[in-house]
Amino acid sequence: MKDMIRAFVEEFGVAGHEGRVRTIIADEIREHVDDMHTDALGNLIATRGPEDADATLMFSAHMDEIGLIVTHIDDDGFLRFSNIGGIQPHRLLDERVVFANGRVGTVGVERVEKMKDLKMEKLFIDIGCASKEEAAEYVEVGDAASFHRPLVDMGDRLLSKAMDDRIGCAVLAQVLKEMDSPHNRIVGVFSVQEEVGLRGARTAAYQVAPDLGIALDVTGTGDTPKARRLDVSLGDGAAIKIMDMSLITHPGVKRLLLELAEEHGISYQREVLEFGGTDAGAIHLSRSGVPSGCISIPTRYLHGPSEMVDCSDVRACVDLAVALCGADLSRIDR
Amino acid sequence: MTALRELSEVPGVAGDEGKVREIIRQQMQEHADEIRVDALGNLLVIRRGSPDLPRLMVAAHMDEVGLMVSHIDKSGCLRFKKVGGIDDRVLPSTAVRVGCKQVPGAIGSKPVHQQKPGEQNKVIESDKMYIDIGASGKEEAERSVSPGDYVHFATEFEEMGDGRLKGKAFDDRAGCAQLIELLRSDVEVPLYAAFTVQEEVGLRGAQVAAWEIEPDLALVLEGTTCADVPEVEDHGQSTALGEGPALGLMDRTSFAHPGMLRGLIRAAEENSIPYQFRRSTAGGNDAGPISLSRGGVPAATVSTPCRYIHSPVSVMKKSDFENGLRLLSAFLQDIERGFRP
Amino acid sequence: MSELLETVTGRDFLREICTAAGVSGAEDSLGDLVEKRFAPFIDDARRDVMGNVIMRRRGSGADPPILMLAAHMDEIGLVVTEVDKRGFLRFAPIGGVDPRNLLAGEVEVLGEENLPGVIGVKPPHLISPDERTRAIKMEDMYIDVGLDEESARAKVQVGDPVAFRRETFALAGDRLAGKAMDDRAGVAALYAAAQKLASLRLEADVYFVATVQEEVGLRGAVTSTYDIMPDAGIAVDVTMASAPGIPSSIDAEIGKGPALTQGANIHPRMHRRLREISERERIPHQQEIEPGHSGTDAWSMQVTQSGVPTAVVSIPLRYMHTTVEMLSESDITNSGVLMAYFAASIDRGFLEGFYDSST
Repeated sequence: MKDMIRAFVEEFGVAGHEGRVRTIIADEIREHVDDMHTDALGNLIATRGPEDADATLMFSAHMDEIGLIVTHIDDDGFLRFSNIGGIQPHRLLDERVVFANGRVGTVGVERVEKMKDLKMEKLFIDIGCASKEEAAEYVEVGDAASFHRPLVDMGDRLLSKAMDDRIGCAVLAQVLKEMDSPHNRIVGVFSVQEEVGLRGARTAAYQVAPDLGIALDVTGTGDTPKARRLDVSLGDGAAIKIMDMSLITHPGVKRLLLELAEEHGISYQREVLEFGGTDAGAIHLSRSGVPSGCISIPTRYLHGPSEMVDCSDVRACVDLAVALCGADLSRIDR
Repeated sequence: MTALRELSEVPGVAGDEGKVREIIRQQMQEHADEIRVDALGNLLVIRRGSPDLPRLMVAAHMDEVGLMVSHIDKSGCLRFKKVGGIDDRVLPSTAVRVGCKQVPGAIGSKPVHQQKPGEQNKVIESDKMYIDIGASGKEEAERSVSPGDYVHFATEFEEMGDGRLKGKAFDDRAGCAQLIELLRSDVEVPLYAAFTVQEEVGLRGAQVAAWEIEPDLALVLEGTTCADVPEVEDHGQSTALGEGPALGLMDRTSFAHPGMLRGLIRAAEENSIPYQFRRSTAGGNDAGPISLSRGGVPAATVSTPCRYIHSPVSVMKKSDFENGLRLLSAFLQDIERGFRP
Repeated sequence: MSELLETVTGRDFLREICTAAGVSGAEDSLGDLVEKRFAPFIDDARRDVMGNVIMRRRGSGADPPILMLAAHMDEIGLVVTEVDKRGFLRFAPIGGVDPRNLLAGEVEVLGEENLPGVIGVKPPHLISPDERTRAIKMEDMYIDVGLDEESARAKVQVGDPVAFRRETFALAGDRLAGKAMDDRAGVAALYAAAQKLASLRLEADVYFVATVQEEVGLRGAVTSTYDIMPDAGIAVDVTMASAPGIPSSIDAEIGKGPALTQGANIHPRMHRRLREISERERIPHQQEIEPGHSGTDAWSMQVTQSGVPTAVVSIPLRYMHTTVEMLSESDITNSGVLMAYFAASIDRGFLEGFYDSST
């Protein structure tokens, strides 16, 4: 799986500009699914499973990563920008960023007396050009840039930009390869624009109209020094989400995931996230409601250039999702 | 410009768009195959066009920002709540009209002579302001106004400067005026026009109008921020007057669909129509809910730059308005000729 | 409808449901109780995917208009985030919880079994003078269930919901105080409406919906409205009432009747009909001005599918989002009676020309 993960995380795919990631994911899963199409917003929707299935299970992993959008090129060739998705200005200081065409830049900052005066408007990107005209040969207003970091394989752990949520995409791709689902039709949605408001999942859920929805996304951890309180740790297994700001997991879905983890000997932990949301937030409110939950990959240092996951957690998430594919989904009913 | 004058001056604060709707409906009667009003008050004007062409929804919102009377106190002064996003600093010393009788009033402010040193540096919050309609007490005031009355800015439409227009509510009566012109033109493209309500309080009308229409494609016509003024650094100016209609790239509620954006740029360049990009990513508009309707809709926004939007006076340039119209017509013609985003 | 089933008085129903636990996302058993109490007044009931209780009283019309009356049954609460090494529980809020209202509060941890607990606080003897002036953050608080780590871990899981504990109690006159009046008062108003409707002729189908998860984002109203697709809808919720320290811009008063809201979230024709009926039936009522988001289920209801004409009826409430929320019982009864008369007045004629009536 590591090669696939590397290919996914290193690709360029800022929210609203997911085309290239979609292409490599499509190439990866093509032979393993019955059909695949792209919708109006850019979601990649892949299906596998019997036509006469008892139930339709929709997974959603988002292809988009956070990034920046160029709003202005000044006379000296410096670029001003806005954020796409949640990035704090201090995470950008001195970071390298890269545009779709490969041009690399570094983030500089105007002089600030105190750190608390640091705002996005005081930052700029330097792409090494001396004038507006020269800069215009490489970028234009409206171009997006992402963090520029390669994946580092640390053995049991992996470190990269865009683990959020390319690791979820990798899990989903792996599930589509490994699953065995005699009773359920599985729809794998590689969604767009999650970071700017769960947008792709909303329209995808409407189209798919599933019986059950599961997001595959990252969650934070509380296992670093003086961390914000969160009882999730790297290496402790697949995080079964109880709730976050976008979703209170359907009790039947939560119960089924816990039971499957126990039945299949998959290591797991319970997750309550006090901030953030996932595609399941959009899915569960679709039409007359969809029982939904989330299998989360614990990740340190979220929304920065160096997000870290544990390979055993990733494997546990795949196993749990595969177990769900083969399960009798009517078990969620009261 | 008489259409724009009438549209600019008519009151239509979010939640109270009836008068705007009536004016537009009367003008559209002979140009539509079907006209209807939905549960929220959106005016839907439909020209069915050719069944082989994609169904295009074009939206412009009828509502403007304003105030709503919340309370009449015993001195006869009216307390109010803001409707939509208004900066408190533009309110003091403003002339307004209250309710359907359009009773004239003024948002007063303490005279300079009575202010303590340093007081001029503090912003007065709107819940400490009041509207004075000249009544000597509550009873007299109640004869002409009530809590629940909507309040609009008393701004007259005027031509000024070099091809510029001044008036209230160019956001988005400018868009409404463009949409009216589009509906009057010869188009084969199925044109489902939605004059929406309650955009300023949460993009509300567009959500249900899009559900109802089920478009294949959508365009939103807006009036947008233009901050090409002193005190704003170059990179903070979203658009500039005179540089043509502004194409939206991204805001807090949607990205322009890449294919729609490409189509608009192509139509502009092939017809030598000046255009610019809306560089700010703040705010949101009807394209947000429309693009996320049902299974998703490719959508884009074309805006007329307006200085000082969401205040009693906005300023726009005629040429930007006219070039916006030319761009829209060219885009529609490209669709007729086979362009698909 | 079965008239043989036991009915309870409005006040007893209110006490019963307010005292019961029903934190957002964990409304199941509360829903059972609601369904049981409404049974004598309705024709059918079901639960949807999210747990909304959808109860219908059928009208006599051949093609009956559909009216949806909604009140949310969920309350704000807490959720366990950690069991620490001495058996204390750390927690996070569910919905808008002000940490300043928590200290020394009594709670119930809803796990495999329900455990009573208290939100611990340092005794005054140990608090330094300047500590007293600083509010304690929720992340520094804890719940004491009186167990050691091992027993606590056996009985409590991360993710277990925690409800506030308070028996509803009576004050002077017809005032009542307790937790979860927001919005069990609304549910009680629906109950009063259902009771009143039993003696009125009804053309429309009326759906009484006890919604879920309002406090975390008006969520239950999204799916239940989509499912029912009513021709008109009313949300009955609580609204802030005047009290010492409250800004004068808030002027609803307890005991003066339901507040009828005006603003973008309310269809003018719905508001006008509610006001006319209040005047005709001499139901005391107050005015509420809200130009934008009403803060109620009506916000979700209004933009469902191709739109729903909505209204908001509010019960004035002091001390919102505490465990001593206070109201006047007459405001609940009057809200219920108003909605019953409104429902009885709905016919196909009322719906025609609904649209395009901006005045």
